[in-house]
Amino acid sequence: MKADLNITIENPVHKKHTCFHCGETCKDEVVLFDAHEFCCDGCSVVYDLLKENDLCGYYNIGGAQGISPDAAYFSGKYDYLDLPEITEKLLEFTDGKLSRVNLLVPKMHCSSCIWLLEQLHRLNPAIRSTVVNFPEKKVRITYDARQIKLSQLAELITRIGYEPYISLNDVEGKQIKKWNRTRLYKIGISGFAFGNIMMLSFPEYFHLSESISDQSLGNLFSILNLALSLPVFFYCASDFFKSAWSALKGKYLNIDAPIALALLCVFLTSLYQIITQTGPGYFDSLAGAVFFMLIGRYFQDKTYAGISFDRDYKSYFPVAVTVLKDSAETRVPITDLRSGDHMLVRNQELIPADAVLLSPRALIDYSFVSGEAEPIERKAGDTIYAGGKQTGLSVELKILREVSQSYLTQLWNSDTFTRDKENQNQTLAARINKYFSVIVLGIAVLTFLVWALIFKNPEVAFNAFTTSLLVACPCALLLSSTFTNGNLLSLFGKNRFYPKNAHAIERLSRINTVVFDKTGTITQVNDAEVEFVGKTLTEEELVMIKTLAIQSSHPLSRMLVKELSDTTASRRTLSHFEEIEGAGIKAFWGKTEVKLGSAKWVGSASPIERMDNASHVYISVDSKIRGYFMLKSKYRPELEKTVKILQDEGFETYLLSGDKPTDKTLLTPVFGNESHLLFEQKPEQKLHFIQTLQQTQEKNVLMIGDGLNDAGALRQSNVGLAVSDDINNFSPACDAIVEGNQLIRLPAFINLAKSGQKIIKLSFAISLLYNVFGLTFAISGKLSPVIAAILMPVSSITIVLFTTITSNLAARKWLKN
Amino acid sequence: MSALYLLIIASLLVAIGFLGAFIWSVRRGHFDDDYTPSVRILLDENESGSSVPK
Repeated sequence: MKADLNITIENPVHKKHTCFHCGETCKDEVVLFDAHEFCCDGCSVVYDLLKENDLCGYYNIGGAQGISPDAAYFSGKYDYLDLPEITEKLLEFTDGKLSRVNLLVPKMHCSSCIWLLEQLHRLNPAIRSTVVNFPEKKVRITYDARQIKLSQLAELITRIGYEPYISLNDVEGKQIKKWNRTRLYKIGISGFAFGNIMMLSFPEYFHLSESISDQSLGNLFSILNLALSLPVFFYCASDFFKSAWSALKGKYLNIDAPIALALLCVFLTSLYQIITQTGPGYFDSLAGAVFFMLIGRYFQDKTYAGISFDRDYKSYFPVAVTVLKDSAETRVPITDLRSGDHMLVRNQELIPADAVLLSPRALIDYSFVSGEAEPIERKAGDTIYAGGKQTGLSVELKILREVSQSYLTQLWNSDTFTRDKENQNQTLAARINKYFSVIVLGIAVLTFLVWALIFKNPEVAFNAFTTSLLVACPCALLLSSTFTNGNLLSLFGKNRFYPKNAHAIERLSRINTVVFDKTGTITQVNDAEVEFVGKTLTEEELVMIKTLAIQSSHPLSRMLVKELSDTTASRRTLSHFEEIEGAGIKAFWGKTEVKLGSAKWVGSASPIERMDNASHVYISVDSKIRGYFMLKSKYRPELEKTVKILQDEGFETYLLSGDKPTDKTLLTPVFGNESHLLFEQKPEQKLHFIQTLQQTQEKNVLMIGDGLNDAGALRQSNVGLAVSDDINNFSPACDAIVEGNQLIRLPAFINLAKSGQKIIKLSFAISLLYNVFGLTFAISGKLSPVIAAILMPVSSITIVLFTTITSNLAARKWLKN
Repeated sequence: MSALYLLIIASLLVAIGFLGAFIWSVRRGHFDDDYTPSVRILLDENESGSSVPK
């Protein structure tokens, strides 16, 4: 106490300080180090480390912004990485000496991150090299396994601010996507074959090989064409055959079935013509069609690297937890947890399995599971369900059920998660295609019969049959949908709306009901409207309150700190800090006692009733009550307008919340009808609500949610849209991800998706014109290779141009600003 | 005319060479990441740490 008396309370200075490392305004006490200002110890430590290793060039790169290391880090966090079974699963390669690991680092964000991560070998010589893949946010590290352990490696990059994200998914099975390369091989080979076959077919186009002296040359060309088309037919086009075959086995027709049929017929006819020397075949058109279709598919399926749409609970859960065995701490992979084990859960750690609380008290934040905004207090002996996050001190728990048997994970055993949405309803192209194929096949058969039976000319009949299949090949249809969807995907991406694939865009265009989740979706997490009720606080009091609130990890304290960001805290005059869970915090500021917490804690005589749906934080200075802060959940400002636009356009809107019905009166006018507001919904109830809408009212439902508690509903809905304020952050399995501040443009996104469907239909009409033109030649048996060779690329290119231009115009119309 | 045979074989060989180069580059991962290399080339390999900006 004596020391405290001597310290003069420093003047709260209101000069803005910017952290030299992370570039943020210093909200807390400024740390001076090496003549630079830092916002926290973490940042100065990173600077020190970089400076020591001569890596300050980091700060020279334009736009460099360091990352403040995670304060929740504790030594030993990564010890589980050294367990042989985990190391083995994470490593890409090892020969006992050199090992290579590919780590996901979601925090990298700029070019200096790339530079720093690729200079890791200067921080520790055991690291041989690092290569960053920025779009995927991955860093591949090659290191000497004899000199540095995997856990030390993870620790090192955590210390400089780039905490690696290691999830159960990574550990349970590696999914290295090689499909991208295979596709490129196929495009390359078919393009090569297409060009060369065209070149070798030129003499044929201009009837140059008719003289006898050129005959042998013509034969050589034909044989070369055949040789070049073999890899196209057997390798590049193999996906079409496989997909058609699997569709036929499932007794339905997909878009690949008629394509496969056309390719097969054209190939066999051409083969026949070359063997019997009756003609040059249509290999050029075959290779061209395959080439264009593969490009279309590639364009459409090229999704956003670095965004994952298929996360389930495993991605959220820690890989390992601390288990207490004979009073010693060990890290154990959560798959090895058995009921009866005692685990230790630290502040902000997720509880991975249903457990009984052993510590006297815990404050569990269930916002992740239930959407409940405020943490719930639990006492010793209570059962705590998996998915909650401990806030505050570490707690000890006894595990009741294994992870896979827990209450939360049971949700994933529901039928909804085993069905594949993509196969449930067919795409527009596939539906049009059904009629198209039948008609084309009808025409082809009719032509064949007319030629064979009436004109008695089986040779022409066979030729006319195959050529009509060739010109009417549904590849134009495939091209119109693939290029439109591919272009839309990239246009949406530019506006920070990320549909998972083309199917999602199509389903989005048919939506007629929109269901919102509350917490995190239409409210902003960790952000609140704060209002002070009482006599205006002095500058010094504000500093006091902020300094005190910083010490606590309670969400209300955190929100207060955020609200008081203009005030600079000072830790020096604070002493005797004490936090009573569930009540409040107190400390001495010099000689003054400051209390922050519930009405009871500060001794307020008249705790006002909770009429205003808000949380209250009372403040007392020297046992004198100064007033209270009122914290209300903050709604996204654009919410009301967006819902209004949706309603005007004929969408039904619902609200589905896991939270208490506190804001019912506020939200009723927005959603129009009280029956459209549902509160206190459990995850399964949300799922069933969507199911009822779909089945009894035949609605196409768009579910907008953010947390694991919405996972079931997102999955069940026609389109599950996850809202995230940081797209590299973790969102549940969904069909699309949108950035929080872009949610206002949802009506525009739906309209653009609708326009996309119109564009596909229009471009299909264009390709139909080409088809009619080509068919007239084919039916009359006069389709020469040269006409086919001109018609096919011209129609493909027109379609590609048309879809690209119109979809860009549509995007400009809907997403103007 | 026999010159044509030679020329065709030569042209095909050149084309196959390019195809091979393409396949090699895909296999080496040149198409896996189309962003990072564009940034990497602008960063100095041996940036001196002594010049700390103000």
